[in-house]
Amino acid sequence: MTEKTKIAIQYIVLIFASLISVFPLVWMMIAATNRSVDVIAGKLTFGSRLFENYQNLIANQDIYRGFMNSVKYSVLQTVISILICSLAGYGFEVYHDKIKDGLMAVILMSMMIPFVALMIPLFRMFSGMGLLNSAVGFILPSLSTPFLIMLFRSAARSFPIDMIEAARIDGLSEFGIFFRMFIPTMRSTFAAALTVTFMNAWNNYIWPKVIMQDSKAQTLPMMISNLTSGYFTDYGALMLAVLITTLPTAILFLALQKNFAEGITGAVK
Amino acid sequence: MKQKIGLNQKRNLFGWVFLAPAVILIVVMSFVPAINAFITSFKTGNGADLHFAGLTNYLRIFKDAVFIQSVKNCFFYLIIQVPVMLVLALILASMLNNRKLRFKGIMRTCIFLPCATSLVAYSIIFRSLFAADGFVNLVATKLHILSEPYNFLAHPTSAKIVIIIALVWRWTGYNMVFYLAGLQNIEYSVYEAAKIDGASPLQTFFKITVPLLKPTILITAIMSTNGTLQLFDESVNLTNGGPSNQSITMSHYIYNQAFQGVPKFGYTSAMSFVILFLVAILALVQMKVGDKRD
Repeated sequence: MTEKTKIAIQYIVLIFASLISVFPLVWMMIAATNRSVDVIAGKLTFGSRLFENYQNLIANQDIYRGFMNSVKYSVLQTVISILICSLAGYGFEVYHDKIKDGLMAVILMSMMIPFVALMIPLFRMFSGMGLLNSAVGFILPSLSTPFLIMLFRSAARSFPIDMIEAARIDGLSEFGIFFRMFIPTMRSTFAAALTVTFMNAWNNYIWPKVIMQDSKAQTLPMMISNLTSGYFTDYGALMLAVLITTLPTAILFLALQKNFAEGITGAVK
Repeated sequence: MKQKIGLNQKRNLFGWVFLAPAVILIVVMSFVPAINAFITSFKTGNGADLHFAGLTNYLRIFKDAVFIQSVKNCFFYLIIQVPVMLVLALILASMLNNRKLRFKGIMRTCIFLPCATSLVAYSIIFRSLFAADGFVNLVATKLHILSEPYNFLAHPTSAKIVIIIALVWRWTGYNMVFYLAGLQNIEYSVYEAAKIDGASPLQTFFKITVPLLKPTILITAIMSTNGTLQLFDESVNLTNGGPSNQSITMSHYIYNQAFQGVPKFGYTSAMSFVILFLVAILALVQMKVGDKRD
């Protein structure tokens, strides 16, 4: 095999993989602008039915409310979760001793507990506390995650101890060092954490399905799932709903893509 | 000297302040409910009216045909999907690591893009694509691969295969990013030296890439195994467990038993501990296998 054919094979494989990866998303976007009949007929060009599809969609589900609910829950979860987990990851590394290292190992074990095992006790606990249908109920179980703590712990490992010592001599408090030095230095880790946490919150499905029993508290993924459970077979409107659900995470991901890769690299090291 | 110890103790205390919120939340939101579920798994009764019944729930599991089917389904997804996806991700990552190729950035973005979709959203896209009147049937009949539209989601085997195709589509790029990150830690000169020594691409792949990426491969294998055993969104939204529970996953069945009709919290807790047990065992096995090859 000559060098040229080797390169050609790699291009063919990669381009094929890229097309397969993108096609369902492009198909979804095209379908969102077409009539259901045209979607079924296999029309692969953009149509002009976007507005009509939107009308049909909101006649069936309160998509605007679902969107605002999803934004509210996801932003709250992202901000609080990153704050709590970055403090903990930093703490586990910078102040580490035998007890804290042992505790970290115990925390990692919680990654193995499947969510279905927690779902029922959490549901009973939250319904007793009146947290059903609330944003607090949505975010509480996922605020502290071993994955994020691990991510920030590895980031803190590459944060030079000399800098911390120097800052202490300059009279900066321990929290001052964290907020004024660690956060600005570790921007790419925070961006990676933001991407992962926001996506997890936005896409969470099983937990809101358990606790959001009031239709006014439902999230976007729940609403698009509702659309498919009835006799609603308007592909155009359905794909528009899927598009609305996908856009925020896709934009966030494309904007922070570089930081995401860098942040994850730190975690894998 | 005395003062220094005092300062260290003060810092140690500060350390605990940093950890406290995260640790308390994990204890209250994971360990306490897990212990609670473990205790509940030995109780029976309807709704909140529960009493101890020993191993009744665990014995019932072995006679529950649907649960056994759901365990089989999860292992079917696991055994086929995880290796296919990880090998694909490795191949694509090592190709994207080739410095001679151009447009790597855009190809990487394309392959990673499926990860930006929500699990419910992509399940619905694939359900529509593979529907009886969907795009796949349309193309297959036009190209005369199929003589008439095939209802993929109405047959057990094809329904499961559609779930596997969807999973591979959604997660290959995600794992690829981990491998690309791992590959960046390998000196590129190692590859150039191998080439000068006349190593074929296949030899380079198996003798350099795979051994050096072993820790990353182990992490991704454990993560995907854990994820596959807990599949829920796809089972609900792509096939709705059907036809007649033939593609249902363990989490989906547990959810149905707990929240549809009369809640059976004792029995569902016992089933969820079976998943915990399987996840733990598989993680241990994978770590053992991962160590052996050293």
